[in-house]
Amino acid sequence: MIDPIFLAEAAINGLLLGGVLALLALGLNLIFGVIDIVWIAYVDLVMLAMYAVYFLVMVYGWPIWLAGLAAIGVGALLGIGVHVLIISPILGSAPVNQLLATGGLLFFLQSFATFLWTTDHRSVRLALPVLEVAGIFVSFARLIAFVIAILAMIGLYLFLTRTYIGTAIRAVAQDREAMALMGADPRRVYLVTSAVGGAMAGLAAALLSIQYSVHPYFGAAFGPITFMICVLGGLGNMVGAFVASFIMSEIISIGGVTWSTEMGYVIAFALFIVMMFVRPGGILTKRE
Amino acid sequence: MLELKNITAGYGHFTALWDVQLRVARGEAVAVVGPNGAGKTTLMRVISGLIPSRAGELVFEGESLAGRPAHDIVAHGIAHVPEGRRIFPALTVGDNLRMGAFLPAARQAFPESSARVYDLFPALAERQRQRAGSLSGGEQQMLAIGRALMSRPKLILLDEPSMGLAPVMVLRLFDLIRRIREEGYTILVVEQNVRQVLKLVDRAYLLEVGRIKMEGRAHELAEQDFVRKAYVGL
Repeated sequence: MIDPIFLAEAAINGLLLGGVLALLALGLNLIFGVIDIVWIAYVDLVMLAMYAVYFLVMVYGWPIWLAGLAAIGVGALLGIGVHVLIISPILGSAPVNQLLATGGLLFFLQSFATFLWTTDHRSVRLALPVLEVAGIFVSFARLIAFVIAILAMIGLYLFLTRTYIGTAIRAVAQDREAMALMGADPRRVYLVTSAVGGAMAGLAAALLSIQYSVHPYFGAAFGPITFMICVLGGLGNMVGAFVASFIMSEIISIGGVTWSTEMGYVIAFALFIVMMFVRPGGILTKRE
Repeated sequence: MLELKNITAGYGHFTALWDVQLRVARGEAVAVVGPNGAGKTTLMRVISGLIPSRAGELVFEGESLAGRPAHDIVAHGIAHVPEGRRIFPALTVGDNLRMGAFLPAARQAFPESSARVYDLFPALAERQRQRAGSLSGGEQQMLAIGRALMSRPKLILLDEPSMGLAPVMVLRLFDLIRRIREEGYTILVVEQNVRQVLKLVDRAYLLEVGRIKMEGRAHELAEQDFVRKAYVGL
């Protein structure tokens, strides 16, 4: 039997991991919901922004918070770049072409990053403390990342529900053509959405930088789980993705302590496959 | 106010409209009637810019609008209430109206426009904070029309407003459209419910397999034997 303290620690770590995963999943889901294209290379944009954080902190000596803010800007620019250069020209083409194009971008970014920066794992090496509460150890970096991720998601919620352009983004996700009839240029809404989605990738990069080292294949580590969360929550469903993030992160974390990290992922993906049969439209869809 | 000259349009290799000539004068209510698949919806979509015309001219208030995208056409004062209502189901009734006022000028006039829409459709005022998808079919149609009015249009295109509504609701809806007319809007309406719509409009066009087959005063058209048999059910 596993010490309940370990289990509690794993549960807390799962919760903290879930916050950052949710940020990634919401960013990807926002873009999918509005533009109807899955950015296969989404987490590879995170990887690029993590390199930006790394170089700004380690080479140019920026404080981590400033580098984090810069990463948000870098992410937004990358989002706009991906939309303008890759998505926009193929908007009207077959879905498989769109998958191939963003999938191709993934390999391009991985290879280009390897070419530029080699496969070395690079870390910003922050000396953040580990907190101990009642025998449970919690990494301060994870706690900070969790809190900021939650605040960012509250901000996203307010943006989408309280602002005019945010409401328009939700409206486009529901009926693109009807929103054009209201006078909204879809291209402009797409651009804003891509920038917001990119900015979220940038913020996630900053939050991941303080916990993990970056390497060209970072996207391969977090990409599949991010897609799985989006599909599990129902593609385009923001609340579903949020809930699914925590389900997945808890399974990985608790499964990891109980057996091994690999086993945690095995259980998570097995559950995903089962859920695809039980609730193909996502965990929050009502049964018809 | 609106003039279509030799409009030809379609999808892919399919041509849905051939050489359509149509005009709507300011303050007029005009109907386009015809059987399913005649191209009525295509006609509306060409006018509002959702699909481009292949040939012909589209002139609104002296300005050529052919080839302009939908979001630009609405800025010129043409609001399109599409077939099937196409409200934003997950947004509240209030947010649907806010989206209707997306254009900068319309946004500034939001308080008075929304007050007018709520005055016209009191049922919407009660449901302001409700999700639009939870409304009944008739209420959703009113919301779709109200949302179109929010852009402060000069011309309103109504595509099958009575579709899927209960007979009682259809009558109420036509009353409301009559009221909107009296407020000075110009209306171009496409309807299956020929008998009702011919009572509402001044003039009508009969569209069949993509071509205008007949046009005239509404009461004259309603008296044509051939129209009565085919569409009015008398």
